[in-house]
Amino acid sequence: MGDPALRPAEWDFVAARRRLEAKPKSAGEKLTSIDDAAARVTEGDRVAVGGCLFSRTPLALVREILRARRRGLTLVRNLMCTEGELMMAAGAVERVMTAWMSIGLPWGVSKVMRHYVESGAVALEEWSHLALGLRFRAAAMGVPFLPALTMLGSDLVAVGGMKTVADPYSGETLAAVPALFPDVALLHVHRADRFGNSQIDGYPHMDADIARAAATVLVTTEELITDEETRRHPDRTVIPGFLVDALVHVPFGSFPHECYGLYEADFDHFAEYTASIDARGPEAAVGEYLARHVYGPPTWDDYLELFGGERLARQRAAAKELTG
Amino acid sequence: MNQQFTSAELLAIMGSRQLRDDTTVFAGVGVPLLAAALAQQRHAPKLTMVIEGGIIGPRIKPGRLPISTNEMRAAYRAQMLPGITDTFLFAQRGFLDYGFMGGAQIDQHGNVNTSVLGPDYWKPKVRLPGTGGANDIASLCKEVIILTAHEKRRFVPRVDFVTSPAWLDGGDARRRAGLPFGGVSRVVTTLGVFGFDPETRRMRLDALHPGVTREQVREQTGFPLLEAPEISVTEPPTADELAMLRALDPERRFLG
Repeated sequence: MGDPALRPAEWDFVAARRRLEAKPKSAGEKLTSIDDAAARVTEGDRVAVGGCLFSRTPLALVREILRARRRGLTLVRNLMCTEGELMMAAGAVERVMTAWMSIGLPWGVSKVMRHYVESGAVALEEWSHLALGLRFRAAAMGVPFLPALTMLGSDLVAVGGMKTVADPYSGETLAAVPALFPDVALLHVHRADRFGNSQIDGYPHMDADIARAAATVLVTTEELITDEETRRHPDRTVIPGFLVDALVHVPFGSFPHECYGLYEADFDHFAEYTASIDARGPEAAVGEYLARHVYGPPTWDDYLELFGGERLARQRAAAKELTG
Repeated sequence: MNQQFTSAELLAIMGSRQLRDDTTVFAGVGVPLLAAALAQQRHAPKLTMVIEGGIIGPRIKPGRLPISTNEMRAAYRAQMLPGITDTFLFAQRGFLDYGFMGGAQIDQHGNVNTSVLGPDYWKPKVRLPGTGGANDIASLCKEVIILTAHEKRRFVPRVDFVTSPAWLDGGDARRRAGLPFGGVSRVVTTLGVFGFDPETRRMRLDALHPGVTREQVREQTGFPLLEAPEISVTEPPTADELAMLRALDPERRFLG
């Protein structure tokens, strides 16, 4: 579990390219159900999660993967939040690759992360934020590594097993940040048409690179638009449909995390969640949370009812106030 | 010390004074962001703040302070929202003058640990949240200023784990590691302001906050400190600075 060696499948650009070449890249229908989309994640997959921290997290997909009781996953996300905690407590992940994990300053260091990582149940492989971004970008470019000036001299180098490379021109030492080709990408976007052409408002995070890096791309969207609307504003499309394998229409698909311009993260909910962890400990508190929010409600609409329409409307109004 | 202000207020004000006008700052959320916003309002109107969630030139909306680097409160009235990778690449290219950050554990060469406590990374005594963008900011900005409470448990001879490199083992170690520029220039704490000896790159006491003694600083520092030939005393926070700062955080989310 604590092995620091890079796994060749992460950076093998030839194998990753062959995998993509063998795959249909259809301009056809991608719209499907959430359980059909989640079924494309299989045991042991390396799963990259889009958004960042509590922004545009594909929580509806995460929830469905947990409901399908997947095991042995490696979860990759630049900054990890409650989705990582739920995955850990559900026993779905054995390794996470991230730059940072907790919820946010007011709630301190994640007790859930501490519990599962300090006990050795989950390995946390730490890369710098830029390094993870460049790992996705190298993969998106189809190359095995990118030279950069990050992580040099730090103890992070040994954790992930990153190598250095001598600049053939100047002789300077550079970080050789290895590509990271995920098996599956989970993304949540503002709008998409039924063919998977996807648009994002506000901060784009790393989603476009992740979509290009992964072998299989699963997308949930707040809004379903027509082909005509896509063609009216093609400059807004950041992920072309032929990259996308499955699309599901899920309004509030990131809640209680935020979606830029549409709804603010529910900080009260985070406070209740962390208070319950403080009171009952990670296993019991997150176990109950999983029963109530993940395994219990059969559909995402049932899940949203736990929060109630008033709460959703309040978070919508807060987003309007900040971005209007 | 005259306790007309909290430790966080002192830190934010002393930090804000470090930032010059016509510059760019890569700011962490919490006290560093407040310090940058204060500088921008007071003496550095042509300062641009950059936040790692992919945010350039935001304004701070009083009472709506962000708790993370990637949320609408952090992006309020921003001028540009690039991707995260591209945001860091502005720093790698050399566009970011200051990196402005906190730190869990810091050593005599300015290296910061926000990853793990204990000798074995894979079997940590305490798992901390991790680098986030701190390693990148410490590697790539023109200079880094660290804002931190001054406590003995934080100021250790050698950090358990170098998350964010400053001067590594001192001397030219940073250069040899492949970082030909940047590094921690100052550490602003609740007791004073610290720099680094240009040769050995060991931490040096440059200034004390009003009412703080050298003995107090030594007691709260877990390694021998160098001292500048002349140790100055910082100007206490002014009523003006305090009023502006408090207006930014009326809920006192970060000001204590």
